[in-house]
Amino acid sequence: MPTQYTALRTEHERLGANFTDFGGWQMPLKYRSELAEHHAVRRSAGLFDLSHMGEVWVTGPDAAAFLDHALVGKISAMAVGKAKYSLICAEDGGVIDDLITYRRPEAFLVVPNAGNATTVAAALTERAENFDVTVDDASARTSLIAVQGPQAESILLRLIPVGQQEFLTTLRYYAAVEITVTDLNLLVARTGYTGEDGFELFVANDDATDVWRAIEAAAEDGELTPAGLAARDSLRLEAGMPLYGNELSRDGDPFAAGLGGVVALSKEDFVGKEALAQRKEAGSARKLVGLTGTGRRAPRSHYPVLKDGVVVGEITSGQPSPTLGVPVALAYVDLEHAEPGTALDVDLRGTPEPFAVTALPFYQRQK
Amino acid sequence: MPTVKAGLQYSDEHEWVAREEAGTVAVGISAIATDALGDIVYVELPEVGSTVTAGETCGEVESTKSVSDLFSPVTGEITEVNPAVTEDPAAINEDPYGVWLFKVNATEDGPLLSAEDYAAKHGGDL
Repeated sequence: MPTQYTALRTEHERLGANFTDFGGWQMPLKYRSELAEHHAVRRSAGLFDLSHMGEVWVTGPDAAAFLDHALVGKISAMAVGKAKYSLICAEDGGVIDDLITYRRPEAFLVVPNAGNATTVAAALTERAENFDVTVDDASARTSLIAVQGPQAESILLRLIPVGQQEFLTTLRYYAAVEITVTDLNLLVARTGYTGEDGFELFVANDDATDVWRAIEAAAEDGELTPAGLAARDSLRLEAGMPLYGNELSRDGDPFAAGLGGVVALSKEDFVGKEALAQRKEAGSARKLVGLTGTGRRAPRSHYPVLKDGVVVGEITSGQPSPTLGVPVALAYVDLEHAEPGTALDVDLRGTPEPFAVTALPFYQRQK
Repeated sequence: MPTVKAGLQYSDEHEWVAREEAGTVAVGISAIATDALGDIVYVELPEVGSTVTAGETCGEVESTKSVSDLFSPVTGEITEVNPAVTEDPAAINEDPYGVWLFKVNATEDGPLLSAEDYAAKHGGDL
């Protein structure tokens, strides 16, 4: 796959970003210190470029029925203006991607992960065969900018004409609204991946730089910090959110991942229903849990989890938690060891270190 | 681009080596390494009195994102380790060339590069 840059490449270079490859995209990993960026999102606000994410528009008379068929959730039950977290699964129940669907007045916007965007668009197109819908993969012409953190709302409000400010202040979590700032059309969603209050702004590539700069200009000194993928990953881990490729995969099981609640088995039919119903019936051997340690060394993906020296699980994500000051990890462990409070060890490169099963999320913001 | 400090020698594993008057060498890690690692949160250093071998692992450096082995650029006995580093690993990010990790009474060098050659090979600013 050829390496791609987002429409905001010049902005990232101006801000001194270190780039890293992510799903075929050259994305900012960090600008200066990923720890400072992490803390900025928890304490004030961070500015992220998420333009590597996909955007697939679904329109037509059958759009709602089609998405009920293509995804595991009951998308047709969602009100206009709302957003819903869901999965797209294969016939065998394996997870192709986790994604968010936004219901707009005349269409649905499906947002898959960067590395899966092409696969998801292709799967949706294939599944649309018997429906009166149009599937339009707009990923290549759409940018996505996120402002996350306790100051996100007050910063964005300064950009928005007085007559439209109420759209933002009354916007609920997992909902979206269109706002026009001068000649820029923004689709603003109150969603994110950081565990903080925050917004995601969908804009045309041609407007991305103007929107990015307008947000920067609206913030006061020290209030807004550009933040890269490294901070995004540590923030989402503290918030206990799964990452495709780590906690979720084609071989994975939504029930073991704790996502049984998003699988609407009551729907008449959807791709993967039969397999998922069987999996639910059979039960999962392992369960995704949080682990918290007390030392300074952190578990990393694929490290073994032990009970009395016997392997009972595997780490999927792990890092020192900047907010909590201790190492945290997500792991699949055998059901009998999944209760919060259970003492387990993680094999940290040859040395077993004590960890305890912890209820997720590790971090929850004060509301 | 990360800086490469002139006057030091470097290993391909991104350790720098400074010759001291006492005949020992001080070892740290280059800005190229700290830049790649990200914020360092934990460092495990060899023990004083132990022997390290050029090109072999003698500790580890853990950042928020990853763990890297620490290699010794020289062979010899450890004479001193920097206690400030284990207390405050972030100091390495702030000043990679000002913060040494350990000192060795070196009997033999591993393959070492001049600052010029290291910068040319690994892409740093002299």
